[in-house]
Amino acid sequence: MKQQLQNIELMAKAELEKISDLAELENLRIKILGKKGELTAILKQMSALTAEERPVIGQLANKVRQDIEADIADKAAQLKAALAQKKLQAEKIDVTLPGKKPSVGKLHPINAVLNEVKEIFLGMGFDIAEGPEVEYDYYNFEALNLPPDHPARDTQDTFYVTDNVLLRTQTSGVQVHVMENKKPPIRIIAPGRVYRSDAVDATHSPIFHQIEALVVDKGITMADLVGTLDMLMKRLYGDDCKIRLRPHHFPFTEPSAEVDVLCFNCGGKGCSMCKGEGYVELLGAGMVHPKVLKNCGIDPEVYSGFAFGLGLERIVMRKYGINDMRLLYENDMRFLEQF
Amino acid sequence: MDLSMKWLADYVDVDAPVKTFCSKMTMTGSKVEGYETEGSEISKVVVAKLLSVKPHENSDHLVVCQVDVGEENPVQIVTGAPNIREENVGDLVPAALNGSTLPGGIKIKNGKLRGVESNGMLCSLGELGLTVHDFPYAIADGIFILNEDDCGKKLYPGMDIKEAIGLNDTSVEFEITSNRADCLSVLGLAREAAATFDKPFNYKYPEYKGVCEDINKYLDIEIENSELCYRYIGGIVRNVKIGPSPLWMRERLRASGVRPINNLVDITNYVMLEYGQPMHAFDIRYIKDGKIRIRNAKEGETITTLDGVTRELSPEMPVIADAEKPVAVAGVMGGEYSGIMDDTTTVVFESACFHGASVRRTAKKLGMRTDASARFEKGLDANGTLPAILRAFELCELLGCGEPFDTLIDKNCNTKPQVTVPFDPEWTNAFLGTDIPAEDMINYLERIGFEVKDGTVYSPSFRIDIESKADIAEEIARFYGYDKIEGTIITGVANAKLTDKQHLEEKVERTCVAMGLSQINTFSFISPKYYDKICLPKDSKLRSGVVITNPLGEDTSVMRTTVIPSMMEVLARNYSLRNPAVSLFEIGNEYLPTEAGKLPNEPMRLAVGMYGDGVDFYDIKGTVEGLLDSLGLVDYEIEAAKPDCGFDEVSAFHPGRVAVAKIGEMPIAIFGELHPDVLENYGIGVKAYCAKVLIAELLDIDIPEKLYKPLPKYPATTRDVALICDDEIPVAALEKLIKGAVGSILEKVTLFDVYKGKQIEDGKKSCAFSISMRSHDGTLTDDQADAAMKRVVKALRTVDAQIR
Repeated sequence: MKQQLQNIELMAKAELEKISDLAELENLRIKILGKKGELTAILKQMSALTAEERPVIGQLANKVRQDIEADIADKAAQLKAALAQKKLQAEKIDVTLPGKKPSVGKLHPINAVLNEVKEIFLGMGFDIAEGPEVEYDYYNFEALNLPPDHPARDTQDTFYVTDNVLLRTQTSGVQVHVMENKKPPIRIIAPGRVYRSDAVDATHSPIFHQIEALVVDKGITMADLVGTLDMLMKRLYGDDCKIRLRPHHFPFTEPSAEVDVLCFNCGGKGCSMCKGEGYVELLGAGMVHPKVLKNCGIDPEVYSGFAFGLGLERIVMRKYGINDMRLLYENDMRFLEQF
Repeated sequence: MDLSMKWLADYVDVDAPVKTFCSKMTMTGSKVEGYETEGSEISKVVVAKLLSVKPHENSDHLVVCQVDVGEENPVQIVTGAPNIREENVGDLVPAALNGSTLPGGIKIKNGKLRGVESNGMLCSLGELGLTVHDFPYAIADGIFILNEDDCGKKLYPGMDIKEAIGLNDTSVEFEITSNRADCLSVLGLAREAAATFDKPFNYKYPEYKGVCEDINKYLDIEIENSELCYRYIGGIVRNVKIGPSPLWMRERLRASGVRPINNLVDITNYVMLEYGQPMHAFDIRYIKDGKIRIRNAKEGETITTLDGVTRELSPEMPVIADAEKPVAVAGVMGGEYSGIMDDTTTVVFESACFHGASVRRTAKKLGMRTDASARFEKGLDANGTLPAILRAFELCELLGCGEPFDTLIDKNCNTKPQVTVPFDPEWTNAFLGTDIPAEDMINYLERIGFEVKDGTVYSPSFRIDIESKADIAEEIARFYGYDKIEGTIITGVANAKLTDKQHLEEKVERTCVAMGLSQINTFSFISPKYYDKICLPKDSKLRSGVVITNPLGEDTSVMRTTVIPSMMEVLARNYSLRNPAVSLFEIGNEYLPTEAGKLPNEPMRLAVGMYGDGVDFYDIKGTVEGLLDSLGLVDYEIEAAKPDCGFDEVSAFHPGRVAVAKIGEMPIAIFGELHPDVLENYGIGVKAYCAKVLIAELLDIDIPEKLYKPLPKYPATTRDVALICDDEIPVAALEKLIKGAVGSILEKVTLFDVYKGKQIEDGKKSCAFSISMRSHDGTLTDDQADAAMKRVVKALRTVDAQIR
C-alpha cells in the first residue's frame, strides 16, 4: 500500500507537468482526489491493514493527499496567472490615440489678464469700483480739472451723445464718483471700457480697456506712488522689471508722471522696440490734483492721494506677443482657442 | 516743437552730446520724441569748381565737365543739366564723388555715360534733399550753383557741402504738453535746458534804434472786446525791402520745420519760434483808414484767408478788422489781401495776446489749426507781446529790410496779477516723500525763472500753469529727479472685497468656461441696421438707443440696446472663416436710454452663441439651465416664448424653437434656434443658437443658502408610467402634474422616452417617465407607492392622457 501511495504521488506529479488548462486540472483532481478517485480507493483499503500499519499508512496517505492538493493549487494559481496575463496582453491598446478631452472654454485674453490684475490689487487692499461708460462731461472732464475748451481735451478724441453726455474717454471719472460717495481712506481700482474716436488699426481701437487706480488718505506721498507702481509691475512682469518715472502733464494730477518700463526686448540697451530709448512708455500717473480733491469735497490740506491709469490692451498684447490689436475684437475661434 | 540745436546754442551752451541732451531733457519733463541731424544721409559731397565744360561726343544734351574738388588732379563728371554751359566755368557747384551717398539711400559710383567716364555727379537742390524755398537764388531743375555771398563764408573746392551751405544742424523734436505753451519756443526750451544742465541762460532783451516817427499819425488801435484780447501791440516798419532772408535764418526756419518765404514773413515766423509769441504783419495799404479794431465778427461777415479760402464768420469769433471789414481771424490766420506782397513798402506788425478758448473754438469751427492758434489756445503770457515785437524790429534792422518807428501803440487790458505760492519746504518733502534741503529747492526754482523770497515763491508770468503748492512741488521734483524718489509701501488698513455684482460676474464667467464656452469681447456700439438683421419689430423700443453724434461710421454709431447682434456678428465672422464649430459667450453691457439728457442704464448681460455638428436646441437650453443651476437658482421655469414674452429679440428666433426662463413672472433669459431669415441675413449656412441672460436682474433674486440634506437611509422605489397625450401638451406640464400628484415622497421624475410616428395617432405623442420615490421615515411600502401612482394616473387624466 505504501508503494501504491508513492506511485500515486509520482503519477500525480507527472500528470501535473503535462496539464495546460484549468479544466484538465479539475479532471485530474477528480481522478485522484474525487470520491471515486484513485487515492480514495486506496484509502478504502485501510480497513484491511493491521493496527500497527494503520497509523503509519494513514499518516503517509494524508501527507500524499496534502502534497497532491498543494501541487494542484500551485498549478491552478500558475494557470490562472498565465490566463490573466494573456488576457491583459490581448487587451493592449494604442495609448497614443487621442484622448477624450472634456470641453472647457477659454477666457478672452483681455479678461484673463484683467482677472490677474484685479487679483494683484485685491491683494494690495484695493476695492474694485465701477462707473458708467456713457458719462456726463462733468465726470469725464470738468471735475478732473479739464474745463470746456481746455486744450488737453484735444488729446482725447471724444464721442459725444449730447453736448453734455459722452462716451467716457478714460476711467479716471470713476475717481470722482468714488470720492463723492466715500470718505478717505480710499483705495480702489476702476477697470473698464473707454472710448476714443480712433479708427481701427493694428495699434488703435475706438474701444479699449483702462484700469484706473486711486489712493487717498492722510499722508499719502509721491514715494508711495513710486512704491505701489514698482510692486504692481514686479507682480505683473517679474522681479527683474524696472520702472522709471519722468515728468509729464495731466490736468488731474500734480505732479504728474509718465511711467516707463525697462525695455523687455533689449534690457535698456536700446532697440527698435523701444525706439532706441531703452524704456517703453507704460502708463500715466501722479498725485491727485488739489482741485480734483476739492471738486469731490475732500480737503486737499488734510488729505493727499495718488492715481494712475494703465491700458489693459497694451499689457495683454505684450504678455502674449500679440502684434495686432484688431485680433482682440475679431473673436476668431482660432485666436480664442490659443489662451 | 522742432528745436534747432544751432539756435539753442545762442542762448545756452549745454556742452553735451545730442543723445545725452535728449535723455536729460526728457527726464526733467521736456520729452524728446527723437532727433534728426540734417544732411546725415549726405556723405562725400564737396564743393567743386567748374574748370571746363565740353560737349559730349555721343550726346547732344550731355556735357563733360572737369572739376576741381580740392585734389591734385581735376575730376571728370558728365552732366545733363541744362544750366551747366561753357559760361559757367569758374562757378562752384556741389559734386558727389565716387562712393558718396545722397538722401533716399542713393549711392554714387564711378561709371560711364554714353561711353564717357563720369567720376561722380553734380547735384541739384533736390538731390541734396532741398528746395528752392531753402535757396531762393537757385533753380529747381538744374545743378545748384552756389552763391558765396549767400553762404556768408569763403568757399573752396573740396569743402564739405554740408558745411558750405549750413546743412549740419540737428533738429530735436519735443513733445510739449498743453500746460507749457512757453516751451513752444526756443527761449522756453533754452531756459529748461539751462536749468537741466545747470548752465547760464544767456538771454538778452531785444533792442533797436528805430526811426523817429509818431505812429499815432498812421494807426489807430482799439480793443472793443477786452475778453477776447488782453493786449494788442502794433508797430510800423517803413521802407520795407522784400527779398529772401539770409542763409542763417533760412537754415533755422528749415530745421524748425517752417518754410522760408521772404524776409518780412520769415521775421514773423522766426520771432514766433524763438519767443513763442505769434506775430502778424499787415501791409498798411490794406488797412482801411489805418484803423485796427479787435472785435467780434458780425453776423454774415466773411473773410478770404491767406490760403485763399473764403470763410463765413460768426459773432463769437474774434477778428482784427479795419474801418470796414475783418482783415484777419484773430490768432488764427490773416486775410488774403492784407499780407505782405512783393511791392509792400510799409508794414504793420502785430504782437497780441488773445483769449485762448476763443481762438481754440474759432480755429476748430473754421477747421484750420495753425501754428499761431496752437500757441494761443494754450494760453499765452500777455507780457510776452512787447519783447516779441522789439525782437522783430531788431531783426528788421539786422537784416536791413526796413525802418521800424521808434513809437508803438500798446493797448494793454491784461489784469492778471503775479502768482505767488507759499514756499513750504516741509510740506513739499512730506508730499513728495523726500528729504530735499530748502536751499536746493530754491536753487531749482530760480534756475527756471521763479523768485523765492520771504517765504513766498513768485511765479514768472510766462508760467501760466502755476497755481498751488503742488505745482511748485512738481517743479522741485523734476529738477531733483523723479528717479531719485525712493518707493515706499502704503500703510493702513486694507479690507478689499468684491461686490455682489462682481462676485456674480466672476461666477458666470467661470461657469461658462467650465461649460465649454469661450469668451469674446465685442464693441459696445453697433449699426442701427443690425436691428433689421435680427428682424427686430419696427416698433420695438430697442430701436431707440443712445446715438453717437460724431461716430467713426454707421457701423459704430449707436450704443447697443441688445447684445444679440454683437454675438451674431461674431458667429457670422467665424462661419465665414470656416471655423466648423464654436461655442461662445460674452459678458457685456446693454445701454438702455432713460430720460432725455440723463444717462442710460447699463445692465450687464450674458450672451451665448453656438453652432456646429450635433448642436441643437437642447444644447443651448442645457447651457442656460446649467448656468442658472450653478448660480444656485432653484425656482425657475422654462416655457415656450411668445411674442409678448418680454424680449423683443424673440423675433430673431425660430418661432417654434425658442423659450424663456422665468422666475415667478420675471423673465430672466431667452434662448433658442435662430430664425432662418436671421441666419440668412448673416450669411450663416447652418443652424445656430443664441441665448441672452439678464445677469444684472439676477442680483435682485434671493438665492437660498445651501444647507446640507441628510443622505437617504431607506431605499427608493421606482415606478414607470407611459402615456399617450396631445402633442401640444409640453412635457414640462406633464412633469408638473406628476410632481404634484406624488407629493412629498417624490424624489425625481425623469423623462426617458418621447415618441411620435407609427402606431401613434397623428397629433399625439407617447411619453414615458420614470418616477423615483423615497421617504426619510422608512422604506416605502408597495401600498404607498401604488397609491401615489393612482394619484399620478388620475392627475394625468385631467389632460386627457391615456395611460398605456
